[in-house]
Amino acid sequence: MEFLAYFGGVFEPVAFLLLLGGTVGGLILGATPGLSPTMAVALLIPFTFHLSPTQGLILLGAAYTSTVAGGAVSAILLKIPGAPANIATALDGNAMARKGEGARALHLSFLSSGIGGVIGVLLLIFLTPLLAQWALAFGPSHLFWLAILGVTVIGSLDSKSFVKGLLSGCIGLWLSMIGYDDIQGAQRFIFHDALTGGIHIIAALIGIFAIPQVLDMFAKGRRKVVIETVAVPVHAFSDSVREIGRSGRPLTIGTIIGSIVGLIPGIGGQIAGLVAYDQAKKFSPHKEKFGTGHPEGLIAAESANNAMVGPSLVPLLTLSIPGSPTAAVLLGGLLIHGIFPGTDLFERNPEVAWTFINSMLIGQVLMVIFGIAIAKWAAKIARAPLPIMASAVLVLALFGSYSVQQSMGDVWIMLSLGLGMYFLEKFGFSAAPVVLGLILGPIAESNFVQGSLIANAVYDDWPNVMYFMTGPLNIVLIVLVIASIGYSFLSHRASARADAAQRVAAQ
Amino acid sequence: MKTLLKTFGASLVAATLAGAVPAMADDYPSRPIGVAVSYGAGGATDFQARIVTMVAGNEDMLGQPMYILNKPGAGGRVGWNWFASEAEADGYMMSAYNVPHFIAQSIKGGVQYSADSFEPIANWGADPAVVVVPADSPYNTIQEMVDFAKENPGKVTLSGAGLFVGHHIAALQLQKATDAKFVYIPTKGGGAAAMKAVVAGDVTGGINNLSDAFRAAEAGNVKVLAVADLERNEEFLPDVPTLMEAGYDVDNASVNFRGLMVPKGTPQEVIDTLAEKVPAMFNHARVTKRMAAGGSPLRVMNREEVQAMWAKRQETLAELLEGL
Repeated sequence: MEFLAYFGGVFEPVAFLLLLGGTVGGLILGATPGLSPTMAVALLIPFTFHLSPTQGLILLGAAYTSTVAGGAVSAILLKIPGAPANIATALDGNAMARKGEGARALHLSFLSSGIGGVIGVLLLIFLTPLLAQWALAFGPSHLFWLAILGVTVIGSLDSKSFVKGLLSGCIGLWLSMIGYDDIQGAQRFIFHDALTGGIHIIAALIGIFAIPQVLDMFAKGRRKVVIETVAVPVHAFSDSVREIGRSGRPLTIGTIIGSIVGLIPGIGGQIAGLVAYDQAKKFSPHKEKFGTGHPEGLIAAESANNAMVGPSLVPLLTLSIPGSPTAAVLLGGLLIHGIFPGTDLFERNPEVAWTFINSMLIGQVLMVIFGIAIAKWAAKIARAPLPIMASAVLVLALFGSYSVQQSMGDVWIMLSLGLGMYFLEKFGFSAAPVVLGLILGPIAESNFVQGSLIANAVYDDWPNVMYFMTGPLNIVLIVLVIASIGYSFLSHRASARADAAQRVAAQ
Repeated sequence: MKTLLKTFGASLVAATLAGAVPAMADDYPSRPIGVAVSYGAGGATDFQARIVTMVAGNEDMLGQPMYILNKPGAGGRVGWNWFASEAEADGYMMSAYNVPHFIAQSIKGGVQYSADSFEPIANWGADPAVVVVPADSPYNTIQEMVDFAKENPGKVTLSGAGLFVGHHIAALQLQKATDAKFVYIPTKGGGAAAMKAVVAGDVTGGINNLSDAFRAAEAGNVKVLAVADLERNEEFLPDVPTLMEAGYDVDNASVNFRGLMVPKGTPQEVIDTLAEKVPAMFNHARVTKRMAAGGSPLRVMNREEVQAMWAKRQETLAELLEGL
């Protein structure tokens, strides 16, 4: 309960103003496509030079928390996920916004972010020493199996057809191989200089999600002379609170998955949202509604990606090992103020460490308040006529992909991937598995190569089998992989049989 | 649709070009100077570049601020390719260099630059590579680890941040000097991922940055066995011997030197102005204070010293990487 003693620090005038500023600024930065949480935090570090360590960290912590949640705004309203964390949010969130339920989607997204986020930070406060050991337990073989577990999700994610889902995933895996490979020193599929560094995930996200819908909108705008507008009914906040109260299942699934995934260094929050979405779908009695604007998926994804924020700082604060790119930037922010994270951080600099953590707790609450405040008018975006909307999304997509690393190459990559995805979607392939392949490919590959280098050094006989298939954690993960494949296969067969039965009944 | 995109792309390009107004060398610098960093925002190079350039705008320094432009990817190759082939040689675009990284990459080929593509201005930092093992490792000295590796070839795994970076060079040099066979495990995600592999015991040991290893040792997570430099680091690790002292012929070729450079073809007056003012900027009291607070070792070298250092590295690395 030591943290309670340091709550005062958060409410000092300057500190609180920074917290407010960081939250509002973070929401805006997060809602801008192309500005990921990592970049937002990196951009703020020079401002902290002029602040005390505690104040600087409050600003960074608030920005981190709220950019992750802010990414949901563009995911829901424009179907451009601000960061990989918000991919799953775009799936059902945008469908809701198109139906005029944007305000409801934003309310639910901020409320579930807030709940997941607070629980994540509480885990950080109470279980840090315990969790630190758990974070270290994952070596290359376990990270490999975790990535494979992620790949098994691909078949069932946001796709009518199991085979097409897998195929889209393979395209994503192939795309992830492009570029210079820093583990084996190989240059792969580099036909143009712009591809030397590989495909940047943010540029890919923007292209794959935004461009097909821009093209669709332009196509529709041409057919219909009448400009179509969506009615946006006012959505009472109290209704949203009640709805969240009834959504215990997706909220629990999202929070648990987000916390666990956040803790593992190297996997980070990129896949928390997608895995939570998939699990919420598997456990839901309304599976068929996912993807059509069903709030359960949205709630699971958003609670997961904010629940991951607190635990993702555990390896950083206790072992000085940043578990995610954003945590690495935060480490820079700590070091610049002469604060070395490590096991004794809480004894040496308790006021800094606890005030930082407390500010993230308060930051979650502020984020919900400000998020809800903008929801009402932000939802009116759905009313914009299609041609205007399409142009706006296109401009944001160009701006966003350029700003990731100030490179025109990324803009061309974004446009080509988007164009490719447009045609793939016409044939019933969907975007989420492609992106998941793109994220998981490098994790699976690099850990497999590292693992087998280590295996060959450690074991004399059957090195890869011994290294990847023995040990309790490996076996648990392998069982999960098999269960996940089996489940997808069986449920696919069951639904196919149900379809056939329906057809027979209809005849 | 396509023409629309084309027009849009063309206008973006035009807008970028319009920004590059030609400037006279005698009133240099008359506008802010860009510094391209070949690593992502928040990494050690980026973070140090932001600190050492923060006083550029002061009247007694360059009188114009410097801004950071991140061009990350492929271990720095993307940024340096861009700098060598596209950056204007007018003194308004500089780049941070990392030696031995870019020299080793140019020796291995597949890039559009070599040490001759750039003109060094000054060096700000030097982060030596060190050998670390987990806190519960049976090895307490570098000799113990090397002896084990000699008796069991290919059994000792060492993690490091990627290929042809300082860590990899140090591992290659150690292998060459001891005749033992080590297995180098490159990681993605820089030094942090390599350090995690050591702390968690995934590998026998690792090569990592002195600054990061110092913090990990303070926290009780690792033991630092040796420093790959010519002298001990008196400030952070006075008790850790150099590899030379331990009896292995490993020099400072793996030390990660960081500094600023401009493209070849930059006017001589501009180079002279920068070479005179930039070292003073690195030695500014506010810069040294911030660098020390962050545990980043500062080593300011002038243009002539950096030229000599580059030439020496080119020679050592060409020999070391031959036949790899």
